[in-house]
Amino acid sequence: MSIDRLRRRLVSGFACTAASAALLPCCLGRAVLAAGGSSRFSLRQIADGLFAFQGADELMTAANDGAICNLGAVVGTDAVAVIDSGGSLIEAQAFLAAIGKVTAKPVRFLVNTHMHPDHIFGNAAFREIGATIVGHRNLPRALDARGAFYLHNYREQLGEALMEGVEIVSPTMLVDDHLQLDLGGRMIELRAWKAAHTDNDLTVFDTVTRTLFAGDLVFMGSLPTLDGSLLGWLRQMDALTAIDAARVVPGHGPITADWPQALAGERRYFEVLARDIRKAIVDGTPLREAVKTAGESERDNWHLFDDYNERNATAAFAELEWE
Amino acid sequence: MQNHAYSGRQLALPLASVFAAIILTIGTLLGSSGAANAQQTTASSDRIWHDLKGDVFGDRAILVDTGVVRIEAPKRAQDAAIVPVDIYLDPAKAPDGIKSVTLIIDANPAPVAATFQLGKDAGVTHLSTRVRVNDYSYLRAIAETQGGQLHMAQTFVKASGGCSAPAVKNQDEANATMGQMKLRQFPPKETMTKTEELQLMIRHPNNSGLQRDPLTQYFIPAHFVQKLSISQAGQPILSMEGGISISEDPNFRFDFTVHGNGEIQVEAIDTDGKTFRNQWPLETAGL
Repeated sequence: MSIDRLRRRLVSGFACTAASAALLPCCLGRAVLAAGGSSRFSLRQIADGLFAFQGADELMTAANDGAICNLGAVVGTDAVAVIDSGGSLIEAQAFLAAIGKVTAKPVRFLVNTHMHPDHIFGNAAFREIGATIVGHRNLPRALDARGAFYLHNYREQLGEALMEGVEIVSPTMLVDDHLQLDLGGRMIELRAWKAAHTDNDLTVFDTVTRTLFAGDLVFMGSLPTLDGSLLGWLRQMDALTAIDAARVVPGHGPITADWPQALAGERRYFEVLARDIRKAIVDGTPLREAVKTAGESERDNWHLFDDYNERNATAAFAELEWE
Repeated sequence: MQNHAYSGRQLALPLASVFAAIILTIGTLLGSSGAANAQQTTASSDRIWHDLKGDVFGDRAILVDTGVVRIEAPKRAQDAAIVPVDIYLDPAKAPDGIKSVTLIIDANPAPVAATFQLGKDAGVTHLSTRVRVNDYSYLRAIAETQGGQLHMAQTFVKASGGCSAPAVKNQDEANATMGQMKLRQFPPKETMTKTEELQLMIRHPNNSGLQRDPLTQYFIPAHFVQKLSISQAGQPILSMEGGISISEDPNFRFDFTVHGNGEIQVEAIDTDGKTFRNQWPLETAGL
């Protein structure tokens, strides 16, 4: 090993010990998006006039710039609609720069698929360019209840530099049920769902290419997280399946997947989790014990299982106790 | 029901107004510069407690880790909105009996999560509930004996990571089902004992009041279960004065000594003055 490489390893080693364990694998990649403009932020064309960015299968960290969820852009003859703003202002700016390279049309709409920070922390960048921010009718209420907590909680996790300029920006155009947006030569259909992943889930369907941007109603690879209603999610699986889409862009996982096969993994996980929790409830096992083993047989099927399974089990237990 | 524990001058204020005052203070902090604060540590949590305890217990001595009371919670909160906490009481270590237990979460906007009054002959030795934990914080259980001694146990809980927030998950459902109750009775583990376990569940959003009305932009007042009393055969088992640190759909599981065959009665009152009542026959009647 050359001295230079050794020194680099030592230096990065110091950086790693200073960071929390969660940051270890990526500590060399800090602020790649910021430093290199859009060097790591690559938009890929997935269909005619449709572009998407694939988030990392990781927790949000300073090293990955919070860029962990998939983002999308739909280009019409008049305007662009963007699906989700990303997990930091830095990511959002890289996203906008990348869009500018594939089209000269203005970004007129930002659609937030739900309230979580990885999807909305970049909102301010879109407000600055005058885009209309669109969300589920429940999204403003959900952000009011959580916004201050998100800003506080993520400052520790993402660091001051990445939190710079991050604001909670609520949508100004709300979707009660269905809403169509005309981008010129192409309509996109927005649909507000009943509580599932959250109580403010919104999907976007591009009628031209029959592509469904599912937000976090569809997880692939990374363990789904439950922050709304397990029963609601399971109850709406059939309605989701029935969407006549050729492909889906899931909120997390591959950039596109076949539809509705993409739903199979998450549906199986939730059914296993519900079965295990229901058994614990019948047996009188307290929540604190039950959540340690529920869903365990799904461990090998998912990234981030240890980060989220116990949390999902906790939420599921509190909900299923009322059945 | 008498609130005999609140005789101290410090608690002359109704507990609800103490909750409200603390909520307002922290709400203002969060709204302005509070978001930039670093997360709490054991040391900073202790400092909060040091400043807080006079407001709750005056200058009374608090004995620590005497075994009269124990508290258990997960080391890391998985879901910030639903953190299970278990409080154990050892009557052998407090021969004059324990009359109340106060649950404190130092770093929460409303640190006094709840005070539970225990029925004199109720025989409660274990009480579990679910709380919101906003930040890294000690959870403390302070038991007061009939003789007025205070005993404390504590456990440190790290806040959940990621996007789990101490907020209501399904607000429409919470509003629609408010006031429903469910009681589960777990039969005695051993025969010939008169101790059984109950689990009481109440549908209520137990809202924080830190949300804004979308039209007026004013903060929506906090809306939570303020008082709860549970009795059997007319004898009080447990009563609670609580606040927003108790999770949505407040949930209590506890053991108690059965008295005769009388039914179990529950009354809950929320901050809007709504009263929810229910009763159930004792499943182990005839024991």
